[in-house]
Amino acid sequence: MKRRKIDVRTLPAKAGNEVEDRLGVATPLRGIINKVFPDHWSFLLGEIALFSFIVLLLTGTFLTLFFEPSMKEVTYDGSYAPLRGVHMSAAYASSLDLSFDVRGGLIMRQMHHWAALVFMGAIVVHMLRIFFTGAFRKPREVNWIIGSLLFWIGFLAGFTGYSLPDDGLSGTGLRIASAIMLSIPLIGTWLTSSIFNGEFPGEIIISRFFIAHVLLIPALLVALISVHLALVFKQKHTQWPGPGRTNNNVVGERFFPRYTIKQAGFFMAVAGVIALLAGAMQINPIWLFGPYEAGVVSAASQPDWYVMFLDGSTRLMPAWQINIGIGNGYVIPPIFWPTVVLPGFLTMLPMLYPFIEARLNRDNKIHNLLQRPRDVPQRTALGMMAVAFFLVLVLSGGNDVIADKFNISLNAMTWAGRIGLLLLPPIAYYVTYRICLGLQQHDREVLAHGVETGIIRRAPDGRFYEVHQPLGHDHEELEYAGWVVPKKMNRLGALGPALKGFFRPIERPAEAPVSPGHPPIEPAPERREIESKH
Amino acid sequence: MTLQTTGSNGNDHKSSVPAEIDYDDPRTTRFEKVKAAARQDGVEIVHYEPQFPERGSKTEKRMTRTVSLMFLLVGLFGTAFVVLYIAWPWRWEQGNVLMKWYTPLLGITLGLTALFIGFAILTWGKKLLPREVSIQERHDGGSPEGDRRAVGQTLAYMVEELGVKRRPLLGLAAAAGLAPVAVVFAAPIVGGLIKNPHADNQMFTTGWAPIKEANGGTRLIRLTREDGTPIRPGDVSAGGQMTVFPGIPGGASNAHADSPTLLIHLRPDDGAVARANNVKGTGHNKFSTADFMYGDFIAYSKICTHAGCPASLYEQQTNRLLCPCHQSQFLITDNAKPVFGPASRSLPQLPLAVDDEGYFVAKSDYQATVGPDFWERP
Ligand code: FES
Repeated sequence: MKRRKIDVRTLPAKAGNEVEDRLGVATPLRGIINKVFPDHWSFLLGEIALFSFIVLLLTGTFLTLFFEPSMKEVTYDGSYAPLRGVHMSAAYASSLDLSFDVRGGLIMRQMHHWAALVFMGAIVVHMLRIFFTGAFRKPREVNWIIGSLLFWIGFLAGFTGYSLPDDGLSGTGLRIASAIMLSIPLIGTWLTSSIFNGEFPGEIIISRFFIAHVLLIPALLVALISVHLALVFKQKHTQWPGPGRTNNNVVGERFFPRYTIKQAGFFMAVAGVIALLAGAMQINPIWLFGPYEAGVVSAASQPDWYVMFLDGSTRLMPAWQINIGIGNGYVIPPIFWPTVVLPGFLTMLPMLYPFIEARLNRDNKIHNLLQRPRDVPQRTALGMMAVAFFLVLVLSGGNDVIADKFNISLNAMTWAGRIGLLLLPPIAYYVTYRICLGLQQHDREVLAHGVETGIIRRAPDGRFYEVHQPLGHDHEELEYAGWVVPKKMNRLGALGPALKGFFRPIERPAEAPVSPGHPPIEPAPERREIESKH
Repeated sequence: MTLQTTGSNGNDHKSSVPAEIDYDDPRTTRFEKVKAAARQDGVEIVHYEPQFPERGSKTEKRMTRTVSLMFLLVGLFGTAFVVLYIAWPWRWEQGNVLMKWYTPLLGITLGLTALFIGFAILTWGKKLLPREVSIQERHDGGSPEGDRRAVGQTLAYMVEELGVKRRPLLGLAAAAGLAPVAVVFAAPIVGGLIKNPHADNQMFTTGWAPIKEANGGTRLIRLTREDGTPIRPGDVSAGGQMTVFPGIPGGASNAHADSPTLLIHLRPDDGAVARANNVKGTGHNKFSTADFMYGDFIAYSKICTHAGCPASLYEQQTNRLLCPCHQSQFLITDNAKPVFGPASRSLPQLPLAVDDEGYFVAKSDYQATVGPDFWERP
């Protein structure tokens, strides 16, 4: 028999052809690997959310293998001696087992919780980036809406997950959630008793939350995240203005290889940070809280950070109860406003914002270039107003801790929060607006007069003045291009770039980073002498 | 649709028609082929520059060494993780210091393993691969006019063919017939969940409701500790307080989450004030609380009327009860009315008495509604 010669070098091509014959992947694959992505550090924030979500899925799947979503009463007899013999729900007992009787279970639990905090944090910071740079404008409104939905669904995921262990703290949270639902006019009691299958706490809520937390909500998240990414892919990423960049192109790196490699590395880095956090910082030590008992609560119990703003708004709300004197009398309790109405606004307003802004500006154009926050002072100021509002609420959510730490009376803290909530946002608006205008003006000044050189000259009449290096030729005024204006001499290459490197300078310092990723500027043919202009 | 022709230099990459390239031509380099392939997707690689102008330069070698070192560290920490995972004592034991380090050590070694993989890949990609700047055209504004028209016409044609306009009865009948179908789908999902909140009058009763006995009499419910033992007035000293539960089976369990009650023994002068205020009433209550106290003993529901947390922090000097959840404060000596914070309703008061054997009992269930407020509370 003749031996067939196998040429190893042609194997990959052969295998590729076999796959191709069957699936026809080459054409779409070419499009994908050639796709150009712009680069900027702020574009990575959304990725952090995506990567921590992957960590969430992986660790969460592990946890489901051990968790028992049942409120059946059992007597604990696991390794953790202080709770041995205590009656508790099977959910709480199995959470304790996960922490103490499953090897490496605690690190998984803590990674899961930390990943959730990082996930929500990354979503918020990513959305701030989108907002302040105007990336939500046409054609990307849908992705903005999906993004805000992801925050609220993530919020639900967090809340249901936090409730599952059925420990002392989560039971209190659940109790408050039931009160919030109860407060809804007309349907409150029906809604609550339908969800809890009777009176709080009932016997089924943990099982229901479990299926919501491990199936319904993740399925929704996965679906929305997929659409989100597909739209980014289809619509192509926005980019900052800069040399060579227009509204009609993307300047950056191709998807393969550099972009992919960076993404893979970044994923590992995010996962590593989550693992480090989970190892170094204990989170939600449920064994210290004991099982949930309706009559017991510990002071200064804080919810996860992304729930704190609701806690804050609830605390600041004055005790305004609306009585309706028809028939037996009806009530709208004060808790309805900060926990149902306010979140309702907070959900709808951001979703509508792109359309409101476009309407006000009569702007129907497609925008692929980002805006610097200073160039759109109204929007930036509005955004800071919202941030100030949010921060006052978050701080008020921890006002008992602050009062305790700094020895302030609690009532003073509450009043400070109430007043701050009304006063600080407008102040934030005004201050931000002024700062934006100031920054704008400085940009224009530099463009008109040049960069400060630090060289002080004395005029014949004795006055001192600083020499400026003009940016344009022959004292022409340059037009503002929507991107960073160089304000230091080494940004112009006149002084040579700052040396980079930690222990020793890296051999070839990068080009002046006027705009990351753009083709390096050709050195000017002749270097002009520093001239003065004032 | 007309096709634009491309300039041979490929500068005009608006068109999607690429300059054909012969992939078997040995005279073109592989990079040129890559460039041509990119051009097919409207991508122009305008700048492609190796990180190190000369191959094998000192910096390149150093970078290579750095990345290699990182990979070796990955191996080191990864191995450390596995060894610790298997060998480190991990079971909980009173006072065992080593076991406390199990989770932190796992986290740190796992984290460093992943971080160094990440750094190694990142450095490889950023410092060893050539820098590039590519430009890709966008094609905003949706599909070409021709496609839009094609789809529009097709859809319009289909609507015409269905002929609802010509046969209005069909449309009406379909709408009328299909409307209940939505309910058909929703009914089994929603219907099974719906539960009447007013079954057994559950919103207005607690574990303190006196039990009807078989012989027609009623039995009053004793105040008990968590373990079920009853309480005599002598068990709580003046100025003291105690959480009590209804003396029924499971009275201290979460099945009676609305029943925990705070029994307070006021000092005589406070007791007098509280009694006077009890007689006065709050103005809200439609019933009299005049005889709810027993001596200087007073009992209020522990379930906050705001959101249901246990209002459990009792400040003796001011006689205020503070709820830790949102800091509502209730004045014990004045019908537990809310004096600060978001709660808008007094804590319900439990009418107290002492039975023949000298133990505390509740004279009746709470008269006011316990717990968080809701729409149909009278
Ligand atoms: S639950 Fe008591 S103040 Fe909110």
